[in-house]
Amino acid sequence: MRVVACLLLAATIASAQTPAYKAPRTADGQPNLNGIWQALNEAYWDIEGHGAAPGPVLALGASAAVAPGLGIVEGGPIPYRPEAAVKKKENFDKRLTLDPEIKCYLPGVPRANYMPYPFQIIQTPKYIMMVYTFARAVRTIYMDDHKEAPADSWMGWSNGHWEAETLVVDTTGFNDQTWFDRAGNFHSDELHVVERFTAADKDHLLYEATIEDPKVFTRPWKMSMPLYRRVEKNAEVLEFNCVEFVEDLIYGHLRKGASK
Amino acid sequence: MTRVLGIVATFVLLTPVTLTAQAPARVTPAVPSKTNTTWRVSRTPDGQPDLQGFWTNTTYTPLERPKNVNKPFFTEAEALELAKKAADNEEAQTEPGTIADVHYDFTQFGLDRSQGAQALNLRTSMIVDPPDGRIPPMTAEGQKRTTERAEAAKRRGAATDAVQNQSLSVRCILMDRDGPPMLPGAYNNNYQIVQTPGYVMILVEMLHQPRIIPLDGRSQLPQNVRQLMGSSRGHWEGDTLVVETTNFTDKTAFQGSSANMRLIERFTRVAEDTIQYQFTVDDPSTWTKPWTAELPMEKTIPPIFEHACHEGNYGLYNTLAGAREEEKKTSK
Repeated sequence: MRVVACLLLAATIASAQTPAYKAPRTADGQPNLNGIWQALNEAYWDIEGHGAAPGPVLALGASAAVAPGLGIVEGGPIPYRPEAAVKKKENFDKRLTLDPEIKCYLPGVPRANYMPYPFQIIQTPKYIMMVYTFARAVRTIYMDDHKEAPADSWMGWSNGHWEAETLVVDTTGFNDQTWFDRAGNFHSDELHVVERFTAADKDHLLYEATIEDPKVFTRPWKMSMPLYRRVEKNAEVLEFNCVEFVEDLIYGHLRKGASK
Repeated sequence: MTRVLGIVATFVLLTPVTLTAQAPARVTPAVPSKTNTTWRVSRTPDGQPDLQGFWTNTTYTPLERPKNVNKPFFTEAEALELAKKAADNEEAQTEPGTIADVHYDFTQFGLDRSQGAQALNLRTSMIVDPPDGRIPPMTAEGQKRTTERAEAAKRRGAATDAVQNQSLSVRCILMDRDGPPMLPGAYNNNYQIVQTPGYVMILVEMLHQPRIIPLDGRSQLPQNVRQLMGSSRGHWEGDTLVVETTNFTDKTAFQGSSANMRLIERFTRVAEDTIQYQFTVDDPSTWTKPWTAELPMEKTIPPIFEHACHEGNYGLYNTLAGAREEEKKTSK
């Protein structure tokens, strides 16, 4: 009886630590993460847990109100340094003018992964491409030719490797222009993101990201969420070239005859 | 001024000289002169001909044959001479102020063609059909549309009156040559091709635009789903990737095309270092017949870096702001 209980306990622990699922393999023997994926949560409003709230645009009423969500941050509130916490609050207050999403700027990492649109993973042995709907952002994950970021960029410079069932992506070389969400959560150009993509079953990935940025946070912290496969037969990452939609917002006051 | 003249590197003769002006109007198969006939394209594990890698289509060959040229191919000596002249011309323009829009040294920032990898060939024009190397005449409907577009642009006012009066390129929405069809300009003419079962993806360097091409035989997007880069579907014909693109908008207007343009691209790896890229423009509401162009893509080196064009588009902002300042000055 005792033995059985121990075995049961061992099995429970094992299943909590490592996913029992073993993904189908690509031709080079790696877990096959190809597909069109999408987060299904409300973290794009605020990565921390939050209740429903009015949206920042009066005219859009309930259609763009803040949808409530439990958040994706693990282990308590985001550990901001005191001065950074002040800036986060300022960002929130001025989000209608400061949020880079509003201007159709490249969304950065990890934000791109939980915007409310699909993205596609195109997996090859040397390069794994991640193609996002929003602003048509593209990341190239270098699997065998690891280099330091040659310069800062919006989507960062990503080196990847496999750890058993998990794709681990180490990204640095960010600028300080992107946010984590619409609530003003932010980072500096010292951001370092380590993402882990693990197949949980045939239509789900477990996505985890460890965020490190000594300029802004007192310690590294983690977020996690499932990503869902878009199972529709005709699923496709469509063209969401949003530049045109924000031109009047950015340049409208420079139109001939525009009143200031 | 450290121009490296890479022109002598490779000339790719995509079509044997024996099949020249007299050849029928169909497009001739690719027979690269520099390869041995035993070369075969390798396969991906799922059996697709392998087109993967980094490629450039930088060239001095114009889309249309110049009026003073009446043959489809230059000799190698002529082509070298022309390329050298073009490179010299690019270098001459680096003297600030020598042409209207140059404020800096082209060569210093690598904005000239002669510093990077090139995919030169002996053709006198990219267009191979019609045989005169020129875009066929426009239909009456095409001419009417072109006139209407020009009139509408005039009504909108000067380019500096409003952001929407500027070209898609200036606004970082889409460069004319991002395509499809994918054509080279002076710089950023690089492409990364990756293949996974069921898909070919091309990353176009210029505006960092992804093209994801499904190979599963699905139908085109519904007619009411239009995209600047259209809806692309691919399949293999032997060793050639054939990509059909429809569902364009009327905003890109490639060489005056309509939104109903049907574009057929053909990618054939003809040597380890060369893909023959060919495209046919089929738009009966614009041209009296379809036309076809062909240019090589030569292997180049990674990586392709992010191009955040819109995010750093200070030039556009300053152009408009400058025009408003000018108005203030003159109204005083």
